[in-house]
Amino acid sequence: MLKIENLKVSLGDREVLKSVNLEIKPGEAHVLFGPNGSGKTSLLMTLMGFSNYRVTEGTINFKDRDITGMSIDERARLGIGMSFQRPPTIKGLKTRQMVALCSAGKEIRLEEMANRLNFEDFLDRDLNAGFSGGEIKRSELLQLMAQNPDLILLDEPESGVDLESISLIGEVINELLERKPGKDHAASSRERRSKRAKAGLLITHTGYILNYVDADVGHVLYDGVLSCHGNPRETLRCIQDMGYQECMRCMV
Amino acid sequence: MKGARENKLQRARDAAEKAAVFGEDLDLGQFIHEAPSHLNMKDLSSLSEPDKKELLTVGVDTDIKERSGSFMQIDHSVVHHDIFQDGLEVMSTSEAREKYDWLEDYYWRAVAVDTDKYTARAELHQEHGYFIRALPGVKTAFPLQACLFTARDGLAQEAHNIVIAEEGSELHIISGCASSHKVKAGLHIGVSEFYVKKGAKLSFTMIHNWAEEFAVRPRSATIVEEDGVFLSNYVCMKPVKTLQMYPTTFLSGANAVARYNTILVAVPGSFMDVGSRVYLKAPGARAEMIARTITTGGDVVNRGHIVGEVADAKGHLECHGLILSEKGLIYAVPELEGRVSGVELSHEAAVGKIAQEEIEYMMSRGMSESDATAAIVRGFLNVDIMGLPAELQREIDKTVNMQGIF
Ligand SMILES: Nc1ncnc2c1ncn2[C@@H]1O[C@H](COP(=O)(O)OP(=O)(O)O)[C@@H](O)[C@H]1O
Ligand SMILES: [Mg+2]
Repeated sequence: MLKIENLKVSLGDREVLKSVNLEIKPGEAHVLFGPNGSGKTSLLMTLMGFSNYRVTEGTINFKDRDITGMSIDERARLGIGMSFQRPPTIKGLKTRQMVALCSAGKEIRLEEMANRLNFEDFLDRDLNAGFSGGEIKRSELLQLMAQNPDLILLDEPESGVDLESISLIGEVINELLERKPGKDHAASSRERRSKRAKAGLLITHTGYILNYVDADVGHVLYDGVLSCHGNPRETLRCIQDMGYQECMRCMV
Repeated sequence: MKGARENKLQRARDAAEKAAVFGEDLDLGQFIHEAPSHLNMKDLSSLSEPDKKELLTVGVDTDIKERSGSFMQIDHSVVHHDIFQDGLEVMSTSEAREKYDWLEDYYWRAVAVDTDKYTARAELHQEHGYFIRALPGVKTAFPLQACLFTARDGLAQEAHNIVIAEEGSELHIISGCASSHKVKAGLHIGVSEFYVKKGAKLSFTMIHNWAEEFAVRPRSATIVEEDGVFLSNYVCMKPVKTLQMYPTTFLSGANAVARYNTILVAVPGSFMDVGSRVYLKAPGARAEMIARTITTGGDVVNRGHIVGEVADAKGHLECHGLILSEKGLIYAVPELEGRVSGVELSHEAAVGKIAQEEIEYMMSRGMSESDATAAIVRGFLNVDIMGLPAELQREIDKTVNMQGIF
């Protein structure tokens, strides 16, 4: 579904991504680890097409189309959606109106979706205005529910979220990714995966989210270089035991 | 009484050439004074369809549905007035001045007759305007609508309006000013004096839709007594050549409240100099002013001035401006004047273009750049007007949407 080849990206005159190669197949969920400032957010922003992030080399293919030069809204309409770490406040625009705009005319059950996220009380507030960390995550997921993208980019969906809400957020992410954990013992994981069309790329700092979302592949981004592709839990354990730098060394 | 009136006339004559403090000094000689008189109308159904449409954009419903009263003046003729609720009065000010001797006390009390050549002209020409009054304790079920309309191209229209909310009453007025679709140029002078008595509440929503070559000089002031509330909303999103106004409120009774909400859109060729000013003259007085201004190529000066004269009074002033074009200018001038300690005044001003980050965020949800911009602008103009009845808020939202600036 997504194929990134030899990607280099600059932000201003600073190179934030130096070498990124990544392939995500339909039905897969990938996790991206990396220390602060390593370029994780930059990678997602680049995939979404934000104008500050200038691709200097390499290509991004999505659904067999080269989207490297495509505008943000075209990418969104093609099926990419993103949950932002620090989205801007839009004064006077009610969250309810934004969610409706995200649905692009599709019939949605807005109240029901908000209810699922415990977010009804925020529908009539200005979008993101004074939202706490956890409220921002729920607002972002609500918008994604309405948008219903095929490739979901999630930037630290669990940061700033209290322990109680994490499981809710994890469940909603599973729903967005068409993953119903546990239930389907009969089918092999391969079979389950083949029925899914949705794919995801999640940034996580703490790894908490892995307790709720059963991701398939883990990667480590370090100083703009993506490496260490492997089992997400093992990757996390390695980082926890040895730190990013050591972990990078042993895996390379 | 005669003496008082003669005295006002004399002051007006003396001020006939006096330039206003702000705004381009207009040559009044360039405007026509005579207008054909227009026939009385039983209701507003006989107006032409294009004119009805113009009126709808300024909140005037020509079917007069959900209104407690209605007033309409075309050029110099009062063509229609009607009331649908007991305890309300609606008529022309000239008629009211004949009817009530006491009204002389309200003439030029809030606004000085010799403020400038425009107030002077209104006094010297005496071409009606509306008189609206709610008797003590009366609360309007629906807003009243009052319309000042110009049909003759090049005309100077002068109107002197007086609104009185007697003790404990609650009065909501939508005042729509517009020109006929055939009119290109002209001058509108509207003097408005508002009196909010003890414990009364007056909301006044004024919407303007003039022609591209129009000059507009409203002159209004309000006196609010103890526990009174005055809410003023002003919307002008359509072309106008030159508009200058600086309505003023005197909060003279304890715990009196004033709120001004202003929405301005200046298109290329428009010049707007609009402010609001409040004097906090009694303990517990509160003032709040919120302005949202947009330029798509025109020039806007947005003033605000709060004068705190007593302790335990509060005022807040907010001007936000959005520049949507390479041309055009927004000049925000917030002024706070504290004259005693114990007065609390604050302001917040920001002028700029839409943040690219906001547009791109919206685009990442699938909206085109222009749809994203429109949604952000609609949000920017969506001032939640506190204390306004829901149906009035809906009227404002409707006009803001209807006037769609793209
Ligand atoms: N607006 C910006 N201007 C300049 N540098 C930035 C900006 N945003 C991020 N950076 C820098 O780019 C690098 C990558 O940042 P980011 O992608 O946000 O990292 P991460 O999400 O992994 O913490 C960091 O060194 C960061 O300081
Ligand atoms: Mg980040």
